[in-house]
Amino acid sequence: MNDLDWLEAQSIHILREAYARIRPIAMLWSLGKDSNVMIWLARKAFLGRIPFPVAHLDTGLEFPETYAFRDRYVKEWGLDLIADPCPPIEATDPTLPANARLAARKTLGLSQAIERYGLNGLIAGIRRDEQATRAKERVFSPRRMDGQWDFRDQPPEFWDQYNADFPPGTHVRIHPLLAWTEVDIWRYIQRESIPVVPLYFAREGKRYRSLGEIGITMPIDSEAADIPAIIAELKATRAPERAGRVMDHDSEDAFERLRVGGYL
Amino acid sequence: MTVQLDRAALGQDARAFPIVVVGHVDHGKSTLVGRLLHDTDSLPPEKVAQLKEVSAKRGLDIEWSFLLDALQLERDQGITVDTTQIWFSSASRRYVIIDAPGHKEFLKNMVTGASQAHAAVLVVDAAQGLAEQTRRHAYLLKLLGLSQVVVAVNKIDLIGHDAARFAAVAAEVRGYLDSLDLNTAAIIPVSARHGDNIATPGTATPWHAGPTLLGALDALEPPPAPFEQDLRLPVQDVYRQGDERIIVGRIESGTFQVGDRITLAPTRQTARIKSIESWPNEAPKSGARAGQSVALTLDEELFVERGMIVAGHDAAPRSARVLGVRLFWLDRSALQVGDRLRLRIGTAEVEAAVTTIDEVLDVETLGTASGKAIGQNDVARITLTLAKPVALDRYAALAGTGRGVLVRDWRLAGGFVVESLSTSADLTRVDAPVTAAERAQRNGHRGGVIWMTGLSGSGKSTIATALIRRLTDRGAQAALIDGDSLRLGLNRDLGFSDEARAENIRRAAEVAKLFAETGLIAVVSLIAPRAGDRAAARAIVGDGFREVYVKAALQTCERRDPKGLYARARKGEIANFTGISAPYDAPEAADLVIDTDRLKLEEAVDRLVEAIDDAYYTAERVSFAEGI
Ligand SMILES: Nc1nc2c(ncn2[C@@H]2O[C@H](COP(=O)(O)OP(=O)(O)OP(=O)(O)O)[C@@H](O)[C@H]2O)c(=O)[nH]1
Ligand SMILES: [Mg+2]
Repeated sequence: MNDLDWLEAQSIHILREAYARIRPIAMLWSLGKDSNVMIWLARKAFLGRIPFPVAHLDTGLEFPETYAFRDRYVKEWGLDLIADPCPPIEATDPTLPANARLAARKTLGLSQAIERYGLNGLIAGIRRDEQATRAKERVFSPRRMDGQWDFRDQPPEFWDQYNADFPPGTHVRIHPLLAWTEVDIWRYIQRESIPVVPLYFAREGKRYRSLGEIGITMPIDSEAADIPAIIAELKATRAPERAGRVMDHDSEDAFERLRVGGYL
Repeated sequence: MTVQLDRAALGQDARAFPIVVVGHVDHGKSTLVGRLLHDTDSLPPEKVAQLKEVSAKRGLDIEWSFLLDALQLERDQGITVDTTQIWFSSASRRYVIIDAPGHKEFLKNMVTGASQAHAAVLVVDAAQGLAEQTRRHAYLLKLLGLSQVVVAVNKIDLIGHDAARFAAVAAEVRGYLDSLDLNTAAIIPVSARHGDNIATPGTATPWHAGPTLLGALDALEPPPAPFEQDLRLPVQDVYRQGDERIIVGRIESGTFQVGDRITLAPTRQTARIKSIESWPNEAPKSGARAGQSVALTLDEELFVERGMIVAGHDAAPRSARVLGVRLFWLDRSALQVGDRLRLRIGTAEVEAAVTTIDEVLDVETLGTASGKAIGQNDVARITLTLAKPVALDRYAALAGTGRGVLVRDWRLAGGFVVESLSTSADLTRVDAPVTAAERAQRNGHRGGVIWMTGLSGSGKSTIATALIRRLTDRGAQAALIDGDSLRLGLNRDLGFSDEARAENIRRAAEVAKLFAETGLIAVVSLIAPRAGDRAAARAIVGDGFREVYVKAALQTCERRDPKGLYARARKGEIANFTGISAPYDAPEAADLVIDTDRLKLEEAVDRLVEAIDDAYYTAERVSFAEGI
């Protein structure tokens, strides 16, 4: 087994644990590279067909290419899509920095989906190497009644025995990609020929390294027009992946506050 | 094959080598990791600038630990709360470094981090030497199955780079690790703050001839994968595709080929592996090995469910009900004899009761003492009784299926490795061809066990006989299992020592269970003085068990003394008499308490009948609806 085989086996194990132990459950599909890898892994885990819905938290602000990608692959991959619009910006915490409020819309969209579909589990494609507070996450991360992350008192997790039991009224976030790095993701996309939104590939000297909403995601300078070039670029650079995500950088604790409030 | 593997393990596609950094609070673990990343040129200049900025904000120079300690709480208090992971590469391989907290309050987080590592760096403050969590962490590394440890004697700048002091600390650490049978790969004097001997040799320690920290890490070998061991594939789930039933799970140890004959545990049915299924439909796979997540079909229609283990033919794990385990306990509330919890091992889940606490470990001296309760962060040896047999291995034989966890109040509360198991390996249970539902239909009620415990003379037998009369009159199927009667027959070989009393109760519970399975309401009347024995009885019987505490003050019982036993016990004619010369653990969470100091016989029976209505007459709860 090489490293990708190992990561794949571990993620499949996590997805099968989640489905065996937590119902109803759904997977978040942000349409980004990571969540496409996650969908791919779920299709492997469940032998082609994903036995639960995938949810796109739609802010209405995705790039046109992103919506086109969604509409095409919902059909091709036979996905059971939930795509309810997120609540408006007025519904978010006004004390948050402006950019963070946009992100907070997704947190509200998340709570809305949990309530509307009675979800007990949500599978999300966050990775430890993206961001220092995400690095502190558990694979199975219990959430309080209000969806909040109690980072001060996370339960222990070891030997692949996950905390899938939860008191009524709370839910569990499941993170099957926590151990993957950005380069791992691209190497796997290449190995498995997984489709991604074309915005990741450079056009006229710019490409998106991390894909979020229009207005709060910035492209980077890059000539990497295909996957091998992206992998080479990533191995050479030391700049962080989410540098183009405006909301992370408003203040030292901006991202932590978002995550404690239930953001991914 | 082995040669090839080694090459792959060192090459580019090898898994990032997971190393955990452990040790006592404030000894400099996070600083060491931050510095290691910096000194291997793994941090972008913007990151270093940002660290300087957030350090300056707190009046500090540069705190390398802030690279890992990202939470505001951690930075403000200068302490690691939760474990984190960070990647970097040396010239020869990739690493994932797992930073663990040292404060004892967060030991659960240290375990979470360390359980994922293949080797450890133990950080020890040169001035302070071995501290409590240094020892506890080392002990836990051993329990978690790690064997290689690199010791970093840190803050060498604070002892003036003194070679003699370093040698003293090194000797002390080595002695402790040796006594745990951990392999000390290297002991290195370092200064995490100033970078001595982290990635480059320190000029202030010319007396140190050994490697740098990075050099010592690069010299560690990955542990061998368990391909050569017996096949163990815990079943995660069974998927249906058309007519096929597909078994899925991850292989813990061993290998298999399509066509191999396998044995399922604990049922011991056998079949051959027909195919390995996968998506996308690539070339059909012919075999699989440890570490892989697989989906397979069998050539026979066997009943398979989550919790079973697919094993090699005639090499299935044993099924056990009683386990001797070494446990680390992480929950705030203490674990006590008689406590009931969920136990998970592999994919199996079962109710377990703590029957005895055999010894509690002192990490300082590595000595042991007996104890009544296991506190947070304690390590102990205990005996667990399971509600039903589970297939498992001894940890020393097979690690993957020889360790498990205990769950209390929705969260993992402790972990254990199996040291011994008692089993009835060669026996197969035969069930009557009549279902419980069918019997319940005929009787108008389900079977169950009303377990009455209380002092001699508390009124158990009187109430039990009146209850049987009442139940029978209203058409129920009820039977009496009385302690004295058992001792006249089935249990006449047993005395009154602790062991004999435990066996007396075990037999009574097994008989009561047979009655309950036959659809009867079994009313057991036994002193059963020890909480642990009663918990074991509950575990044996399972669902339909109701504990009834027949309560009366000792003086009342002694005044009643229907059999004249108290008088004789007082005279010393009867040894080990409960209440006089042997203890009685009053139940703390009985399903029903009957206070015979206050209640009349009729009232007592009324209450019991009410409880029985609730327990065995109401409709079964509807099981949790599947799917969405
Ligand atoms: N002088 C000196 N100070 C050090 C050295 N290494 C760490 N420190 C300081 O020791 C203090 C504790 O360091 P941390 O890295 O936070 O310790 P830790 O072991 O990670 O602590 P916990 O994670 O909370 O258990 C900080 O103030 C560091 O700057 C060293 O080599 N020399
Ligand atoms: Mg620390």
